[in-house]
Amino acid sequence: MIRILNGEVYDPINGIAGEVRNLYICDGRISSQDAGGRTIDAAGMVVMPGGVDMHCHIAGPKVNTARKLRPEDHRAHEIAKTPLSRSGTFGSVPTTFATGYRYAMMGYTTAFDAAIPPLAARHAHEELNDTPVIDKGFFLLMGNNEFIMERIAAGEKEEVRHFAAWLLQAAKGYAIKLVNPGGVELWKSRSNAHTLDDEVTGFQITPRQIIQSLAEVSEELSLPHPVHIHCNNLGIAGNWETTLETMKALEGRRGHLTHIQFHSYGGNPGESFSSKAAEMAEYVNAHPNLSVDVGQVMFGDTTSLTGDGPLGYMLHQVTGCKWVNVDIENEAGCGITPIEYKEKNSIHATQWAIGLEWFLLVQDPWRVVLTTDHPNGASFTLYPRIIRLLMDREYRKEMMRNVNQKALAQTTLPDLEREYTLNEIAIITRAGPARLLGLQDKGHLGVGACGDVTIYEKNADWEKMFAAPRYVIKDGQVLIEDGHLRGETYGRTFYVSPAYDPAIEGKIRKFFDDYYTVRYENYPVQLEHYLPRPEAIPCRV
Amino acid sequence: MQIEAAICAFCGCLCDDIVLTIESDRIVQAKNACALGKAWYTAHSRPPDLPAARVDGKSVEVEEAIEAAAILLTKARYPILYGLSSTSCEAQRHAVALAEALGGCIDCCTSVCHGPSGMAVQGFGEPTCTLGEVKNRADLVIYWGSNPAESHPRHMSRYAVTSKGRLTPNGRKNRTVVLVDVRSTPSSRFADLLLTVRPGIDFEILWALRALVLGRKVEPAGLAETGITLAQLTHLAELMKNCRYGVLFAGQGLTQSAGNQMNLSAAILLVRDLNQFTKFAIIPMRGHGNVTGVDQVLTWQTGYPFGVNFSRGYPRFNPGEFTMVDVLRRKEADAVLSVASDPAASLPAEAVQRLTEVPLIAIDTHESETTRLARVSFMASTVGIRASGTAYRMDNVPLFLKQALTSIYPSDEEILGRLLERVRELKA
Amino acid sequence: MADNTFTLITGRSGAQGTGISWGKEGEGYREAVQLVELNPADMECLGLQEGDAVRLISRYGATEALCRPGNLPTGLAFMAFGPVANQLTGAETRASGMPDTRGFEVRLEPVLNRRGVDKR
Ligand code: SF4
Ligand SMILES: [Zn+2]
Repeated sequence: MIRILNGEVYDPINGIAGEVRNLYICDGRISSQDAGGRTIDAAGMVVMPGGVDMHCHIAGPKVNTARKLRPEDHRAHEIAKTPLSRSGTFGSVPTTFATGYRYAMMGYTTAFDAAIPPLAARHAHEELNDTPVIDKGFFLLMGNNEFIMERIAAGEKEEVRHFAAWLLQAAKGYAIKLVNPGGVELWKSRSNAHTLDDEVTGFQITPRQIIQSLAEVSEELSLPHPVHIHCNNLGIAGNWETTLETMKALEGRRGHLTHIQFHSYGGNPGESFSSKAAEMAEYVNAHPNLSVDVGQVMFGDTTSLTGDGPLGYMLHQVTGCKWVNVDIENEAGCGITPIEYKEKNSIHATQWAIGLEWFLLVQDPWRVVLTTDHPNGASFTLYPRIIRLLMDREYRKEMMRNVNQKALAQTTLPDLEREYTLNEIAIITRAGPARLLGLQDKGHLGVGACGDVTIYEKNADWEKMFAAPRYVIKDGQVLIEDGHLRGETYGRTFYVSPAYDPAIEGKIRKFFDDYYTVRYENYPVQLEHYLPRPEAIPCRV
Repeated sequence: MQIEAAICAFCGCLCDDIVLTIESDRIVQAKNACALGKAWYTAHSRPPDLPAARVDGKSVEVEEAIEAAAILLTKARYPILYGLSSTSCEAQRHAVALAEALGGCIDCCTSVCHGPSGMAVQGFGEPTCTLGEVKNRADLVIYWGSNPAESHPRHMSRYAVTSKGRLTPNGRKNRTVVLVDVRSTPSSRFADLLLTVRPGIDFEILWALRALVLGRKVEPAGLAETGITLAQLTHLAELMKNCRYGVLFAGQGLTQSAGNQMNLSAAILLVRDLNQFTKFAIIPMRGHGNVTGVDQVLTWQTGYPFGVNFSRGYPRFNPGEFTMVDVLRRKEADAVLSVASDPAASLPAEAVQRLTEVPLIAIDTHESETTRLARVSFMASTVGIRASGTAYRMDNVPLFLKQALTSIYPSDEEILGRLLERVRELKA
Repeated sequence: MADNTFTLITGRSGAQGTGISWGKEGEGYREAVQLVELNPADMECLGLQEGDAVRLISRYGATEALCRPGNLPTGLAFMAFGPVANQLTGAETRASGMPDTRGFEVRLEPVLNRRGVDKR
């Protein structure tokens, strides 16, 4: 039991924006009753729900391969063991323990890995089980699934739905994720999809059909989170048209477009590169079915790791750095390469500016979420700096002076005067993502919500304030105090369990016999073994 | 009783289509398994004939042996944990925690099989794929320094050669198979093209192949020492460039021969170059059942796949410094815990010498040179037969191995878990 | 193979592989790891017949094994991984962690002709 007294509370879901209030936590949940217990005097401090990262890469095969790929990135970024915590290494792709502690230190208590191949779901769960403190889950890659593509081609919509539900159950995943729909399949024969209407060789379907059918399936299954889309043509000049086409292809259905920054480019490949954030934000503003997370780029050394195999190859060609590609049978792909974003590089500077344009141009903060697509745009540890860029116009202008000026001048960023309020920050870092994820007891401080509370000491430097909260409380336990870990805990794993017609199983089994190297029986993740603290989030009916 | 779709955990193929027939707690048949797999199933379902724990050769309660092992390990200044290739990831997770708690080293069999592959990946990356893509797409399969017929007997039939898939409906007929080795082996007869090369010259050949693939000129005289001709090599380069989906399986012939990680680096760069023309992948032929898993676990917990040291309270990686053979040869290790491996029978004599000089603790599923030599030894239930747990196939696909027979001994996971708990108490 | 010098290759063999499971005290395993395979022409040159014992000496150590003709080029010797071959392999890893286990020089000296008759 904990009482948090006299804090300045930001709880946007419950319409509370900076009122001084008391909060009580009882049995791990927010309570209306003061039942005593430890008292935290939060007078003069800012109180928010625990942060929610809706799109990052923290577990599973490509994250671990990226760790293995970069010993040079870990050296000098070591974390020693303490009586309460395990050791690890940091760098752009931190180890599991380091990841959990660091999120907690930053006041985040929930994170979702955004791209797990179903065949490796077991691996992702194993890593998440070694990721302390935070609650977690993952999205399942389906945009290049050959069973789905075959069923779409056959016009069997129902079967796509039953299969998607079966797959989510088998992998214990949370949402349907598309990555370069159709393009990753094409990459297996060294090609790619460049428009929504390119044919996916061998399947006689198009990316458009994949997007539409899985957006529909997400809605029909009433999944808590809508279809989560990484569009075709990521990173390529002129890709904004593809992104807009994707938005339009949803035809009013709900859809989340992820790391939108990487998909907002004008110009022509090899010739010109510019921002189309303003035009696109206008479209998003006018279409309430859409939400985005930004995928902000920050300058420095990081690792690009993606389910988009052809993108990985393109980046490797640009940087000349070491390169991993993994083609994953019947389902997915992967590309990894180190990358350094440089302030004076005109493309990198444009990317940095586009991210900020997105934050500042989307009017409804509930539909734009703070992410860096960790570690692709930057490490999640830079969220506090991004918050400062959004809240502090002077700081932003100062930072703008360091970047390639020609590139900057071609964006609208220099004209944007908006400054985020604390309430808006609370929306884009917890309330908004929790709502978009369909997590009823996350991202707010109403009675019955999870007892995940972050308490910040005020500081004129917003980055400092958000980087080191004074207290972080997880499920009613004070875990971080003055920057030190005070306890040991492992969070829950969220997954969904939508119903499907068991008649589909025979067809799936046949497909496994023909094309997989793993038997149908050995594919589903054993719930009791791999999810020590499972929590099924109901599909809205 | 029958169990369908059981998983053989003997080698890195992790064949998951084994049908077990069980009679009175023994596996009497393992349908679909190869000779290695059958031997593994039959041998590991024998009734236990050894005490669960021994200290100085005398049978003791497991608890007593845990205490003895914990004391030996905590007293040591530079203990090393080694092996872990034939156990579950759950046990491996405890092992890393134990090495961390002790402030010692942890190394796995990787360092003496495909450690050089791991180092090459750190240098240049790795264009690769899962074995299902080989089955579905590969029309050119190259085994280099590998003898799958004897090391991974079902590799060719389940995955790479005769298997049928989406773009390979006629299996063997749809593929060209190349074998590069220093001698002919039982695998040779499966090849369309057999290149017998001189030992220790793989790097030079791979480098010349890169040149040919990239259209550079290679002097025939430069190949004089390799055992093959320019015409043969040019033919191979053409096959590689013109295939639809090629796969190079890299065997221990590459990692263990002179050049080690440089051989693998050359192979990776060759495959990388080939991706300018077509799709090409490289897959190391990982040997033991879950040696791939221990790389995974070590990497997600420490950032490094083998040869990790915790003396400073955080992980450091340095092959040649923190790897088993080196730590033994330099006589730095002052206690050794071997898990699911037999270093006394598999390492060079000079390294084994150190095992006889320091306190040795062994956990294994059967008696071995190492358990015989050990001051404290535990018998453990075999994962996939008498215990369950996770293992990663050579292509990093994770599988769940189910227990098929009653467990008699505790599992590695249990023993390591208890040891960890006791060591933490002693260290506190 | 000037001066009876061969390049020794170690590797997996079928019987050695099943021996890992059956326990290394088993007959099949002991036999498998005791063998050294040579090209028949090399054997003839050294006056060796199948089953003859030979002494192998490397820069790291020495051991004895029984020879058998194998399908391998002249100048090469093959032994299965195991405690006998390990007497010859080296623990120097040249900063790789990988011992010297494949493709190093060994000198070969006939010890016994057939089984039991000492040639020394
Ligand atoms: S190939 Fe390997 S995994 Fe498959 S049955 Fe044989 S020993 Fe077992
Ligand atoms: Zn992402």
